[in-house]
Amino acid sequence: MTQTKTPNGFTLDDSGRRIALDPVTRIEGHMRVEVNIDGSNVIRNAVSVGTMWRGLEPIMKGRDPRDAWAFVQRICGVCTGVHALASIRAVENALAIQIPTNANTIRNIMHLALYVHDHLVHFYHLHALDWVDVVSALSASPKATSELQQSISPWPHSSPGYFKDVQDRVRKLVGSGQLGPFRNGYWGHATYKLPPAANLMAVAHYIEALNFQREIVKIQAVFGGKNPHPMWLVGGVPSAINMHATGSSGASINVERMNLVASVAAQSLAFIEQVYIPDLLAIASFYPEWFKHGGGLASQNLLSYGEFPTRANDDSNASLMLPRGAIVNGDLKTLHEVDLRDPAHVQEFVPHSWYRYPDDKAGLHPWDGLTEVDFRLGAKTRQTPDKIEAFDESAKYSYIKAPRWKGHAMETGPLARMVIAYAGGNARVKELVDGALGKLGLPLTALFSTLGRTAARGLEAQWAAEQLVEQVAYLQATIKGGNESTANTEKWSPTTWPATAKGVGFCEAPRGALGHWLHIKNQKIENYQCVVPTTWNASPRDAQGNIGAYEAALLGVPLADPKKPLEILRVIHSFDPCLACATHVIGPDGGELTVARVL
Amino acid sequence: MADKPTFYDVFRQRGVSRRDFLGFCALTATYLGLGPNGAASVAHAMQTKPRIPVVWLHGLECTCCSESFLRSGHPLVSDIVMSMISLDYDDTIMAAAGDQAEEILHDIIRDYRGAFILAVEGNVPLANDGMACIVGGRPFKKKFEETARHAKAIISWGTCATSGCVQAAKPNPTRATPIHKLVDRVPVINVPGCPPIAEVMTGVISYILTYDRLPELDNRLRPKLFYSQRVHDKCYRRAHFDAGQFVENWDDEGAKQGWCLYKMGCRGPTTYNACATIGWNENTSSPIRSGHGCIGCSEDGFWDRGPFYERLPDMQQWGIESNADKVAAAGAAGLGTAVAVQLGATAIKRVMKRGDKPDASATQEEKETQA
Repeated sequence: MTQTKTPNGFTLDDSGRRIALDPVTRIEGHMRVEVNIDGSNVIRNAVSVGTMWRGLEPIMKGRDPRDAWAFVQRICGVCTGVHALASIRAVENALAIQIPTNANTIRNIMHLALYVHDHLVHFYHLHALDWVDVVSALSASPKATSELQQSISPWPHSSPGYFKDVQDRVRKLVGSGQLGPFRNGYWGHATYKLPPAANLMAVAHYIEALNFQREIVKIQAVFGGKNPHPMWLVGGVPSAINMHATGSSGASINVERMNLVASVAAQSLAFIEQVYIPDLLAIASFYPEWFKHGGGLASQNLLSYGEFPTRANDDSNASLMLPRGAIVNGDLKTLHEVDLRDPAHVQEFVPHSWYRYPDDKAGLHPWDGLTEVDFRLGAKTRQTPDKIEAFDESAKYSYIKAPRWKGHAMETGPLARMVIAYAGGNARVKELVDGALGKLGLPLTALFSTLGRTAARGLEAQWAAEQLVEQVAYLQATIKGGNESTANTEKWSPTTWPATAKGVGFCEAPRGALGHWLHIKNQKIENYQCVVPTTWNASPRDAQGNIGAYEAALLGVPLADPKKPLEILRVIHSFDPCLACATHVIGPDGGELTVARVL
Repeated sequence: MADKPTFYDVFRQRGVSRRDFLGFCALTATYLGLGPNGAASVAHAMQTKPRIPVVWLHGLECTCCSESFLRSGHPLVSDIVMSMISLDYDDTIMAAAGDQAEEILHDIIRDYRGAFILAVEGNVPLANDGMACIVGGRPFKKKFEETARHAKAIISWGTCATSGCVQAAKPNPTRATPIHKLVDRVPVINVPGCPPIAEVMTGVISYILTYDRLPELDNRLRPKLFYSQRVHDKCYRRAHFDAGQFVENWDDEGAKQGWCLYKMGCRGPTTYNACATIGWNENTSSPIRSGHGCIGCSEDGFWDRGPFYERLPDMQQWGIESNADKVAAAGAAGLGTAVAVQLGATAIKRVMKRGDKPDASATQEEKETQA
């Protein structure tokens, strides 16, 4: 090919120079991006390659369904808990287990705390260095930095002395010649636009956020014992409530524990409101062009499974705080129904993935899913004896499958959730989005971009922190009303289960739509399939040639210096990739799979 | 390297007072169990040593170890990264990417041959010529081999690196292989757990920096200072175990009282870790405190010792007198064997106070692990 048009409306041209970025750092897991650029260094073809697989689904076969959450939770330690939540929901769905109100609220609290934590860490520690030049911070005036800080936020750490201290610390680090994680960054790159004072302010908050993030997850530690990887329970939550009686101080939930949770929730909201959001808006205001680049699928197709049931055991849109639905072809007026049980809705395709189906052109619903590995490199792969220089995207080229909703490639994640909630009339989401766009002087359509995605994540973090505070209050109110129940054990014993059952559990992870499908047979897991957010977003091409969200978002992005492709990092990081999630899959026979020897 | 600033220089530069600095040293020394002169040793080390380069590689894993590391409260991870070590390569947080990232690794190996610490999170998949994990267009195993052979020492973070963790659960499709089985002539420290406790991770690093040597290890290469006692030995619910007060069902009266979770499948009695003492998230809680049993995540092969809610073989009246080394000296190789040997050793002393008999599946597990 030289130039082709994809069915979903993008033009690909692979005639120009090919560039590979590998490893893509500041993500979870391992991935590679290759692009072709034209004579003006604009990206005209993009290839997203998932380069690892771990093999969890066949490991699930034959296990106790009540144990499944612990296994699948280990798909990801960054968005920790999301797979556990999807798993217990899937098992409860299969066995028709009803959970108590408090269990639903505590799960919401744990999950909201994760949203706040995950989005904050993504912004400061995985994404900020794409916009913030650490070395430039050295030339800032601490006084100017202080003035800038005080003009945008009431956050108390704002004195010139404070910023001087941070600057001295960074200066010493740079001066030592041992830059640690800041070594060899793209410092001085032509597309860094922040003035020195804004850079210094952001570096100070990089450090503050690193110190503060460990507080947020103490909420998960209270209810789940630890973070990462807290404990969960099919039928409820493990933490029993004892607010009034003898033995309360030894119980998992008592008045001291609730005070701790309420205190952390309030601090988290303050940090988001006074540090994260002002920084986000300040940084975004210097990069208006990035509200144009990197939209990809965002202006067309968005998907959310919906999250945060306000009523236990009710996952209808009437109960969900963030609605379930799909937007297709940019029509924000029509929210399509999404049915995870309908075999025509979610399907996975593998013609460009290192897996084998009986019919490579057909898609499979996850209940009928197959994951037999077929690692083969295409004829046009360029490689030396030592390494692969360029993958061949006309053949199989990724460990990630291509999931499609009714045949459409979809974007999922905070942007999708915020736009779908906005379109669905969620008043608070509308207020947050309109408020931020108003401050930046941008229309709603500006959301469909690299910084739009980043801004949506920040606004969602604020929304989540607000809901976190409210859910903690709701738990208190329910307990005050006399309800201390946290688990339903009617169907705890496997002897109460039917001989066969199948279920689906879903969850909106911080990175997007997550579904687990399972079959239970004779009290054991018979089949287990997960379709995860990064599988949607980092998807390779499908049988028809539709490209996925990452590949689409990279098209048209100009590179200032192809040797230092900072712009690729900006686009890819705006999605917050999680490759361990995307490539957890493996063949059902469980054996080692024979592949062509490539090295 | 002589002109590199020491920890103390960096602390002072940051405006930390000498008094606060010594307080930090005392806290660190206490945590490391260093005795009365510990604070002085920590302070001396911090004032005289440059920052050691650390390369942190990621194989097949879920990044929970990195996340846990970030949760360290003392020392703060920002202080570790900016002032204690030089974390020059870590794909999860480093600013550089692609060629610029790989150049760092090349330079560290060239400039600090035999003088950098390699931290490995995750394991190395050997199936399919290692192509289950491809980094920079090459199998991860090559990158690991090239780096490991030049390291001063290797820290294996988490159960993925120490025994394969969930990827290595049956049938271990990718042939996920723990680090110490791939390395010869370079010392390896195993720091198991899924993930390990944050302050255990930073404690291991602080210990190495302070004493300029590796902590004493047990026969499974675990630092004895953190892994020589069972969760059960120091569990805050232990008194209820001894008194025969058990949670019998989720959310029952025993659960509300914080009674022992042994009958709900708790693995505390066979798990060597510091959860009951150091605790999680700055001792905010621990799995047992949250009301759920321990699943034994720091033990080799724990995933294949389920179901997690099935109680362990009968084990009344264990003391805290034994540890992993003593068990191992009796010829044990795996966790389950440790259970069996312990049971054998204490069989005469055992008193069936509550009439609890090992159920059929527990006996089966015992047989399997003895085989």
